[in-house]
Amino acid sequence: MVKVKVNGKEHALDVSPDTPLLWVVRESLGLTGTKFGCGMAQCGACTVHLDGEAVRSCVTPVARAAGKEVTTIEGLSPELGRPLQQAWIEEDVPQCGYCQSGQIMAAAVLLRENPKPTDADIDDCMAGNICRCGTYPRIRRAIHRAAELQAQRGGK
Amino acid sequence: MSAIRNLSRRGFLKASALAGGGLVLGVYLPQLDGRAAAADENVKTFAPNAFVRIGTDDSVTVLINHSEMGQGTFTSLSLLVAEELDADWSKVRAEHAPVDPAYNHTGFGIQMVGGSTSTWTEWERLRKAGASARAMLIAAAAETWKVEPKSCRAENGQVIHADSGRKLSFGKLAEAASRLKPPDDVTLKDPKDFKLIGKPTKRLDTPEKVNGTGVFGLDVKVPGLLVALVARPPVFGGKLKSVNAERTKAAAGVRHVVEIERGVAVVADDFWPAKRGREALEIVWDEGPLATLDSRAQREQYAELAKKPGAVAKKAGDVTAAMGRAAKKFEAVYEMPYLAHAPMEPLNCVADVRPDGCDVWTGTQFQTGDRDAAAQLTGLKPEQVKVHTTLLGGGFGRRAVIDSHFVREAVEISKAVKAPVKVIWTREDDIRGGYYRPAAYHAISAGLDGAGNPVAWQHRIVCQSFIAGTPFEGFVIKDGVDETSVEGAADLPYAVPNLLVDWQKAPGGVPTLWWRSVGHSHNAFVVETFLDELAHAAGKDPYEYRRALLGQHPRHKRTLELAADKAGWGKPPPEGRGRGIALHESFGSFVAQVAEVSVSGEGKVRVHRVVCAIDCGPTVNPDGVRAQMEGGVAFGLTAALYGAITFEKGRVKQRNFHDYPILRMNEMPEVEAHIVPSTDKMGGVGETGVPPIAPAVANALFALTGKRVRRLPIRAEDLKKD
Repeated sequence: MVKVKVNGKEHALDVSPDTPLLWVVRESLGLTGTKFGCGMAQCGACTVHLDGEAVRSCVTPVARAAGKEVTTIEGLSPELGRPLQQAWIEEDVPQCGYCQSGQIMAAAVLLRENPKPTDADIDDCMAGNICRCGTYPRIRRAIHRAAELQAQRGGK
Repeated sequence: MSAIRNLSRRGFLKASALAGGGLVLGVYLPQLDGRAAAADENVKTFAPNAFVRIGTDDSVTVLINHSEMGQGTFTSLSLLVAEELDADWSKVRAEHAPVDPAYNHTGFGIQMVGGSTSTWTEWERLRKAGASARAMLIAAAAETWKVEPKSCRAENGQVIHADSGRKLSFGKLAEAASRLKPPDDVTLKDPKDFKLIGKPTKRLDTPEKVNGTGVFGLDVKVPGLLVALVARPPVFGGKLKSVNAERTKAAAGVRHVVEIERGVAVVADDFWPAKRGREALEIVWDEGPLATLDSRAQREQYAELAKKPGAVAKKAGDVTAAMGRAAKKFEAVYEMPYLAHAPMEPLNCVADVRPDGCDVWTGTQFQTGDRDAAAQLTGLKPEQVKVHTTLLGGGFGRRAVIDSHFVREAVEISKAVKAPVKVIWTREDDIRGGYYRPAAYHAISAGLDGAGNPVAWQHRIVCQSFIAGTPFEGFVIKDGVDETSVEGAADLPYAVPNLLVDWQKAPGGVPTLWWRSVGHSHNAFVVETFLDELAHAAGKDPYEYRRALLGQHPRHKRTLELAADKAGWGKPPPEGRGRGIALHESFGSFVAQVAEVSVSGEGKVRVHRVVCAIDCGPTVNPDGVRAQMEGGVAFGLTAALYGAITFEKGRVKQRNFHDYPILRMNEMPEVEAHIVPSTDKMGGVGETGVPPIAPAVANALFALTGKRVRRLPIRAEDLKKD
């Protein structure tokens, strides 16, 4: 049995401890917003938060998540999630959309740590997330827009 | 959701045709998918035709027969219906259509998406579907109010009686409208009256793609679902000789090991045990005739083929004579490798085969073929097979598979284990799984007259055909020439009086397929880079040189001019940068791009800015067009800078994104996309942004370094100073 806490809820799961967190989240818990892209931490589609830090769940054994807080796109807090999701909609970011959960999860950590990122900050933080459709210019704009929205909300 | 059933509508559907326009309307198939069924049961729907359902809750659902794979069909096709329906756009939602002849592609006659055709091939049919529904809603309102239909109009989801100001929403009229007969013919709007078409519209599918709720094939859940991974031969064309599955079968979570057409399937409770189980298989393969395939040897083979004349794709004048008279002659060889599509969502398919039927859930571009393949494998009738199209995590051609192999695998396994099965491809399976853009070897030569104008042009293309031997052969191979191999080369727009373009079919074996922009992806690189060579040889500006040769092609010319103008062509580029231009027609649209590049001391290329112009005729969603241009640049740039699938000892050398890299955020140029205002024939958009970027970059590199790039991907060693 492996015990994990995902989006605030505790689960005891009968899976092999080397099972990547990605598959536990997707298959055991049915949270399919987190995507499988490469299986070797190359593309970022599987990005989740482990105690608030962005990790690649495809190479994170579930045992490593024991006792920690796992957050997936489904459980992203409104404070972090809403400005990003609204900005993504305003900038019409997604095409196929498959990578976008991972993009948003990576951007959420960026904006929490750095509420006003520059283009270079965005490059540094987001270069690990591949988008095959090439929505990068819109992701960039949406992160800047989300930073504005976040600032407005914070200012209230 | 329950359909409003009535005799008149069913009677109409049997008639299934509208006079005049030849609009074919199919049967309405309710409860096609679980998501729709989960909606409010009290909502009834009016389904005037196969493409639109209007709920008593005012919802308008458009059934989308061209799979949404990022190119924006959910939005653009819904706009066509909503415009003529005068729907309230905020009430419009899109959903994938089931498989039915009513949804066949208007040009190809099967249900599929491809060829950048979705919008222009539905331009008439879907607007008529919307207009027909509108006429019925107006008739229903007129009947309710006992007034003439002519005195009523539809606007923003309501029917309004002008004289009295009375209004009824579409939802309130749905039940009455469903008792009426559809009109025999409908009049479509004058484009000047469009309220939605031609205006930038936000995508309908963004909300579900930013909160994790969108359902891709990989996300499909079915009770009792098992997961399968397939061990496939390490060499294309290989066959299973023997397998020892003892260790696999003993592993926790593994349920079955099944031999199938294409290899050995390990079926388990979840992905991880299936993957572990596959690793534990001990397999001996008969590697077959490609066991020694090697990319370097293949290059030599192609070079030999290029010495012999091929099947003639285009001939004008007398090339040999003109070449003999030319003042200057040039020849060059261009080479491009196999490319994997590498969609972000690896291939996958869920199949549930039962004695009485079969359900398939997958993100496919090829519904009819997939359904028929499942029917053939199961012995069921095609109508007993239901293909449920999910969102596609990228398609780019990889999910329009002529042999339906990824569906066949799932169907075969489900049939064998008598349970629903999801076959998942790992990234390695995907990169090494074949169905690549064919590798191509081009031998090209030209002769210039004393003024530097081309008087002779001879272009020989060597590549495989993925059409030969398929049911598409009759449509695509003409006079021995596979059109997908020569498109973008045989239709050279530049005025050259003596022209010969021919094709040498390379031996098959490696599975190849259409890859976003297909033959244009290599032909545009060769034509536009070689033309640039000629411009420089003639001592002329590459933009002006092209422009002067485009006399008979106004759409090419104005697209080129717009890109050059917006890019500031003629003014020097920023310090340390080179600028290059390229132009290409594909899928009925015209795209020109100007790239600004720099090169580091180590020969690393950086593309800073791309200015893009497109003439695709009238646009339905201009922001969608711009998005496709941005995406096309990224896709083409990935191929130009990195893309290569190579072989050694019959095996693909690459396996994941570390050795088959994809352009990343920090490498993405700024892209400015400009749309030529145009009322000319509508063309495609999804693929057309790809072909010009590689030549634009190569031409910019020449302007900057004096080094001519003639093979892709661009290599640092090709840019080093002598």
